Amino acid sequence: MKPFVLLPARTLSEAAREAARPNTALKAGGVDLLDRMKEGLDSPERVVSISHIPGHDRIELGPPARIGALSTLARISSHPDVKRVYPALAAAAEGAATPQIRNMATLGGNLCQRPRCWYYRLAEFDCRKKGGRECFALEGENRFHAIFETDVCCCVHPSATAVALLAYGGRLETVSPKGKRTIPIEDFFVRPTKDPTREHSLQPGEIIETVVIPAPVEGSRSVYTKLKEKESFDWPLVEACVNLTVSGGAVRDARVILGSVAPIPRRAKEAEAILIGAKPSAAVAAKAAEAAVSSATPLSQNAFKVRLARVVLERTLREAMA
Amino acid sequence: MSKEKLRLGFAGRFEEKEVTLAENDPAPWDPGHKFSLLGSRVARLDGKAKVTGKARYSIDVVLPGMLYGKMLRSPHPAAIVKSVDLSAAQRMPGVKAALSIIQPGEKVRFAGQEVAAVAADTSERAIDAIGAIRVVYEPTTFVVDLEEAKKPEAPLVLQPRAEKKSGDPYAAELGGKGLPRKGNVQGPRTFEKGNTEEGFRQSDVIVEGTYVTQVQTHTALETHGVVARWEGDELTVWASTQGIFSVRDELAAVLNVPASKVHVITEYMGGGFGAKFGARVEGVTAAKLARAAGAPVKLFLDRKEEHLATGNRPSSVQWIKAGATKDGKLTALHLVVHGTGGTNGGTGTSGPLKNIYACDNVKTVEYDVFTNAGPSAAMRAPGHPQGSFALEATMDELARKLGLDPLELRLKNDPSEVRREEFRIGAEKIGWKTRDERRRTKDPAIRRGIGTGAAVWYNTGGTGPKASVTIHRDGSAEVVHGVQDLGTGARTMVGIVAAEELHLPLERVAVKIGDTHLPYGPASGGSTTTPSSAPTIRAAAYQAKQKVAEVLAKGWGVSPSEVVFSDGVFSVHGDADKRLAWKQACAKLPEEGVSATAARAENHPDAWKRFTAGAQFAEVEVDTETGLVRVVKVVAVHDCGLVVNALTTESQVQGGVIQGVSYALYENRILDRSTGRMVNPNVEQYKIVGARDVPEIEAILVPVWDGVNSTHSVGIGEPATVPTAGAIANAVSHAIGARIRRLPITPEAVLEALEEAGSKGGVA
Repeated sequence: MKPFVLLPARTLSEAAREAARPNTALKAGGVDLLDRMKEGLDSPERVVSISHIPGHDRIELGPPARIGALSTLARISSHPDVKRVYPALAAAAEGAATPQIRNMATLGGNLCQRPRCWYYRLAEFDCRKKGGRECFALEGENRFHAIFETDVCCCVHPSATAVALLAYGGRLETVSPKGKRTIPIEDFFVRPTKDPTREHSLQPGEIIETVVIPAPVEGSRSVYTKLKEKESFDWPLVEACVNLTVSGGAVRDARVILGSVAPIPRRAKEAEAILIGAKPSAAVAAKAAEAAVSSATPLSQNAFKVRLARVVLERTLREAMA
Repeated sequence: MSKEKLRLGFAGRFEEKEVTLAENDPAPWDPGHKFSLLGSRVARLDGKAKVTGKARYSIDVVLPGMLYGKMLRSPHPAAIVKSVDLSAAQRMPGVKAALSIIQPGEKVRFAGQEVAAVAADTSERAIDAIGAIRVVYEPTTFVVDLEEAKKPEAPLVLQPRAEKKSGDPYAAELGGKGLPRKGNVQGPRTFEKGNTEEGFRQSDVIVEGTYVTQVQTHTALETHGVVARWEGDELTVWASTQGIFSVRDELAAVLNVPASKVHVITEYMGGGFGAKFGARVEGVTAAKLARAAGAPVKLFLDRKEEHLATGNRPSSVQWIKAGATKDGKLTALHLVVHGTGGTNGGTGTSGPLKNIYACDNVKTVEYDVFTNAGPSAAMRAPGHPQGSFALEATMDELARKLGLDPLELRLKNDPSEVRREEFRIGAEKIGWKTRDERRRTKDPAIRRGIGTGAAVWYNTGGTGPKASVTIHRDGSAEVVHGVQDLGTGARTMVGIVAAEELHLPLERVAVKIGDTHLPYGPASGGSTTTPSSAPTIRAAAYQAKQKVAEVLAKGWGVSPSEVVFSDGVFSVHGDADKRLAWKQACAKLPEEGVSATAARAENHPDAWKRFTAGAQFAEVEVDTETGLVRVVKVVAVHDCGLVVNALTTESQVQGGVIQGVSYALYENRILDRSTGRMVNPNVEQYKIVGARDVPEIEAILVPVWDGVNSTHSVGIGEPATVPTAGAIANAVSHAIGARIRRLPITPEAVLEALEEAGSKGGVA
């Protein structure tokens, strides 16, 4: 690890100003950043620390709900209001990593963390995510990789909370030297086709301050499910999150998200089209899940993930309909 | 030498046998003997030190002026090293020494092989400095896949023997002396008993199948490494090792110093599983760096290096054919196995097949396939978990074809009386009888299954070890013995045996181990530690006690043989005046107390010899839609001879099961096909079972009094992990009605098995 200067910021605006300078990294929980620095993937000269800045870990129910970006995953997953009103977000936060990591990891950091692709994570592979010319996973060891959008870089997006926030239609309020702005969560993610070296659209010095989630609509139900090989400390093979609004015996609105299947959390519009207007039933759930994976383009070693995504989504839909 | 009639056997099945005992060695205990301490559940002597962080492991050693060593490793799986330029590294701030491990012209044979090393004043500076070493490689073609490596046109991983160059650090370990080698394929090692062709002719049913297992790395919590300090021409090394004396001897030989001037210490150790014998590259390098820098050097590997270069359990591709008569008697077993241990051999898996079930006609043919991958090392029951997985699957396949209960088939063919009893105990505990009705659950996607497997290990332990016991005038005792404690509880075992023989509470016995200045102790491997050490300790304590008796006899004016010791009291039969409790007796000792040094006696040739037996049962839950497997429960029934400490023995059995679950479901070293590099050299993507994935484990110990040594001790470290993966695979197969033929049992492996079974006419 290269020597660096640690700058504890007093306010988010100060942090934003510092972070806008070249060769500067932002550190909240530091869970992912330190791993990357140790492996030499990131070698910042300055690290701006924000975890201690007060006032940014508040959870207010609203409506709309406002969650400070410095709230830890542990706090979000155990917060009674979040569990009651936004159960999918609580579940996503709860299933991540380990208790120790959840005590340190923040919501903002969880959204901004880099992917777990093993080629990206090892310094000796100069992959596209690091500005190199090759995606080693395309022809290499790709069991855990993407089954959608596999043309440029086939890593999967690592954030579980992003999957839930996409299902809720959340938005991000940010601070930067240019001022404040609001980013709809849909616009937060960057596809590798646009730029494989980044996963989000934040500008230099831009910091997520608050995550805003609209109040649930009457009759809506949200469920998040992840499938992991191990129960202790493992990344999901696939995730599914659905936010269904049922009234008058029919699905009025549906947001269906698949996680860990593509370089960004994937909204399964094919499934949503089948669900909206339909009467909730096991058959509809099966049909929607089938449609959600119909355009998958798995790699040489991960065809099984297509099936897992279908099964997990079908189960998640059935639970949301029950 | 004397002969004594002993009652030997187990659980009510004892028989009398006349056994020849060594001079001055105590007779093995009778099954009716009432122990004061031995066999009970005794907390580790060092448990508190460990959980409070007070225990100083070798990796924790910090010395004044100590430097940090770091090795540079080859990024190429195969290359000729053209040059190594250390000059830029030597000029880096804080760097005190740098050296080449590979010389120009030599080859590297796997990605991760050691090339050069530095020592600097901080570990960060050492890491920076290895980045400044300039190495010119000429990459050559390589092969990391076993099937590819078998092909005649495959790149040659090892040089033909004649071309082997001296100084090549791996030349010495390129195993398989005297075996033929063709391309990358070495062997076969063959074993033949009876006539398998004839055996298959006699059979009514035949099954055959190919079973594939992955490469598993040892992943001990404490990584490999040493702290090395020179004082003049004397070297002291704190090592994380399973064999302090083998570290001493290797360092002495390689560095050309007398063994008498090398001192190795392992006070506490964080696991080894077979990969920590000898000084190894990192130990030798640290000692050389320390000598060059004139300062102590600490060189411990990081987790990535651990995965790449410190050993592993080889992979295997095992073809098995088995025949049996219609009533279930095995008539022939035939195994052909290819395995890769990277640049190392020793990949055979025939142990279980040759030694568990009785069969008159057996043939095993074993080949090592060399690949450009990190070399294998002995790992907890080398060859056995792989072999057991294939053998036990074959037994289940036979049972299915014969229409027999798999357990009944095993009982019919198992020659071990102890294991048949273990099978019966385990079957009862797991509820074997109802296993078929429990397959279906309320959730139609979830199936339950129960499977079983057997373990065999070899009743080992032998001469070499020595121990000294001193009895002080205050009645306390001290035992010194150069064994190291891997974390198994060896320190506590030493104390218990001495305390038992002297009839003392454990607190009155001081134990010193883990130091080559102490009497020679065994290396901890092959499950031989306790059977080697325990009888040695007992003999030393026994002889020291005899010396107390001699002092008393002199005072009482009787012959020492008239003084008996029982329940902590010395007495002379029929003379109420000649009677002293331990403490009063010891008060009669001279100021220096009494001491005895004893050597481990030979194993008794006429004792009740057997292979160590184990049987395990696993219950699993399988999601047939996702292929996910959860192990619900494992019942592990093991013969551990006479148990010294029930608590740590059960703990070892649990550890073996946990490692077996991890091997069955998760662990897998993955090498990138196109670059030959390991892509998961961490504990995130190299998946190891975690707390929430560990099943309920019921460890049941079956004591056996075999009379082979004075304490009836056998080891448990290895057998405990042998049958777990096989039992789990059989449980999964039972649950889904489809055969699992490869490890790890990933979701896709289960889904493929289901598909294969489905295409063959559906799943029951």
